Amino acid sequence: MIRFFLLFLFSSGAFAVNEEIYEFVYEFDNPEHEARYQALTYQLRCLVCQNQNIADSNAGLAQDLRRKTYALISSGKSDDEIIDFMVKRYGEFVLYKPRLTNSTLVLWAGPFFLLLLAAFVMYKFVRRNHSTTLNDQHHNDMPDDEERRAARDLLNKQ
Amino acid sequence: MKARFLIPLVVFISIVIFLGIGLTKDPRKLPSTFIDKPAPPFSLPNLKDPDKRFSTAGLQGEVWLLNIWASWCSTCFTEHNLIKELAVTHRLNIVGLNYKDTEANANNWLQQLGNPYSAIPFDADGAVGIEWGVYGVPETFVIDKQGIIRYKQIGPVTQDAIEQNILPLVKQLEQETA
Repeated sequence: MIRFFLLFLFSSGAFAVNEEIYEFVYEFDNPEHEARYQALTYQLRCLVCQNQNIADSNAGLAQDLRRKTYALISSGKSDDEIIDFMVKRYGEFVLYKPRLTNSTLVLWAGPFFLLLLAAFVMYKFVRRNHSTTLNDQHHNDMPDDEERRAARDLLNKQ
Repeated sequence: MKARFLIPLVVFISIVIFLGIGLTKDPRKLPSTFIDKPAPPFSLPNLKDPDKRFSTAGLQGEVWLLNIWASWCSTCFTEHNLIKELAVTHRLNIVGLNYKDTEANANNWLQQLGNPYSAIPFDADGAVGIEWGVYGVPETFVIDKQGIIRYKQIGPVTQDAIEQNILPLVKQLEQETA
């Protein structure tokens, strides 16, 4: 019974996928256009399934945006023009790699700032540890006068 | 130096505050890029009468709403009574863009639920939807007399949105000169 159910599940799933994927394969005369199409659809976000790009998603909107990208490339638009087209309609969010603007400055600069901060803290930490270890060594290796006297007394006792 | 132990605590609390703010936001609601921008003009066949075309040019100088709907969209079904209320009780001019639908399904849907729209442009392939940046049907736009988009509702119109945003805004826009 379970086996039958699994078989049913897999077979119905396979049919659904077949139907949807093969519907949207675009033919390009120009290999450069095809490469640009691939690159663009990989960096544009599908807005209804937000963790997929429009190349991977089978949502209706992703299909429409793939068709639009194809049409724009075919009509001779540049990558920048196509990205502008999408951002004008769907906002910066449509880009997986956000552009550098005032509102994304923190996003771009933040990691470098944190890296510098971490380097600074580490530098301070290492310096402090280093100097305390040196002090300790100094203290241990060189017995002071009192310790020498104590040692001599011990030796003399024998 | 005594307060050093407070540093991790302060860092922790600020992370909690930021993440907490993040939780209250709906990641599906994106800031609209269209507010205060000109409404993208379009011309499409009418659902009711395909020979007659609907064009946004005819609405210049009027305050109007564009409601994007489809018969396959279940939230359109739930918001439809409020759209009717806006059209009938409040006498707003609502254009209903029928988005990626079939003529038969759309007509059937209107027959069952009622037709509050002044015109129904039929956007079969969603091309106009892309021009308007539509990604979550239903969506509703308010357009002023100069043809500028002044408000956008993503997802269904709610009673709150009508009372707090749409009606006061339309009232204000009606008083502006074209």
